[in-house]
Amino acid sequence: MSASQEHIEYVLRLGDNALILGQRMSECCGHAPVLEEDMALANMALDLIGQARMLLSHAGRLEGRDRDEDQLAFLRPEHHFRNLTLCELPNHDFARTVVRGLLFSAFQMLLLQRLVKSGDADLAAIAAKSVKETRYHLQHAGDWAIRLGDGSDESHRRAQEALDYLWPYTSEFFSPVTGDPELADAGIGPAWSELESAWEAIVVPLLNEATLVVPARTPFRSFGKFGRHSEHMGHLLAQMQYMQRAYPGAKW
Amino acid sequence: MVTMLTQEQAWKVLEAVPDPEIPVVSVIELGIVREVDAAADGQLRVVVTPTYSGCPATEVIAEDIRNALLTAGAGSVSVETRLSPAWTTDWIATDAREKLRAYGIVPPGERSACDGARPIHFVRRQLSCPRCGSTDTARISEFGSTACKALYRCKDCLEPFEYFKPI
Repeated sequence: MSASQEHIEYVLRLGDNALILGQRMSECCGHAPVLEEDMALANMALDLIGQARMLLSHAGRLEGRDRDEDQLAFLRPEHHFRNLTLCELPNHDFARTVVRGLLFSAFQMLLLQRLVKSGDADLAAIAAKSVKETRYHLQHAGDWAIRLGDGSDESHRRAQEALDYLWPYTSEFFSPVTGDPELADAGIGPAWSELESAWEAIVVPLLNEATLVVPARTPFRSFGKFGRHSEHMGHLLAQMQYMQRAYPGAKW
Repeated sequence: MVTMLTQEQAWKVLEAVPDPEIPVVSVIELGIVREVDAAADGQLRVVVTPTYSGCPATEVIAEDIRNALLTAGAGSVSVETRLSPAWTTDWIATDAREKLRAYGIVPPGERSACDGARPIHFVRRQLSCPRCGSTDTARISEFGSTACKALYRCKDCLEPFEYFKPI
């Protein structure tokens, strides 16, 4: 299969978002505040890793260099990852985990709804499957954001701190990527920069309902989707890739 | 000599292959098996559609299908995964829904509640307890023992139960 570099990168961006957030979320396993949430977060992490597997194996086929999803996940260096910086940030506390889930899954749901109609038939099939799962992720995160934001003084304080910390990283969702408009014209998928107002239309009313103050936009920019990651990414990869780095080709 | 299974026999065999997570229903009743083709040389090709992207049972199911058919006398079996159209709880057979309920899992509601288009506003479902029938029930968590189920409790008989979420 021959695909343009931009097309491969577009699919990698999707696959890496799911993989890295799935990895982060899986760290909650055994650490969530209550058992039910432990199971919920672990289940959502599994959904994300399942989606990452489909997306990365598709990216590998598009690339045509004989790399499967495992090689892409476990053997690429940091600057080859195309995930949003937001996905790699540490969980910190339950409030930040929840607010991140809300900010990301609202974006992911919009994106997947558009990708269901992608001219890349494999991508469309993956999106049709994933969008149904993502709807439950958004529902879960939205539900908790309101419970925490409109909850006790302490839960409100933590939810607001989480939002203040994470909000600047959401600018990256919409920063323009060279080649995206051409892919949109070719019917592969929307340019991410197009999705900002639709995203705010989901997220802002929810945050208002959670009695949280939506921070003002600042000039801060992060660049994970361009391969320039935060200081947290290397630590995440060190853990995620350890086994294949230490024992190349290990299988079980 | 290579024995052969006809397409019809193969479907019959698969009707007895239970889902590894919910053993009261078969992989056929869950709607996971989409196609079974028998080639002239005895090769059986089974097409399955996974339920959730990250469902850890997917590989076990493919293995169970292969083993059941080989044990029943198929010459060779290939199990193929197909993503599109995506699996939906609408494919769960009508009889299987009652088996789920008897097992303590409330079967999924209509899919209209889950077209992926509607973002949130928390679906407050009115579920009846599968044990005592009371409608005085409350959701404990949107994710139960697996991604496909939510966890509820009955406020009358005080028993927990699960709900197979529509997807």
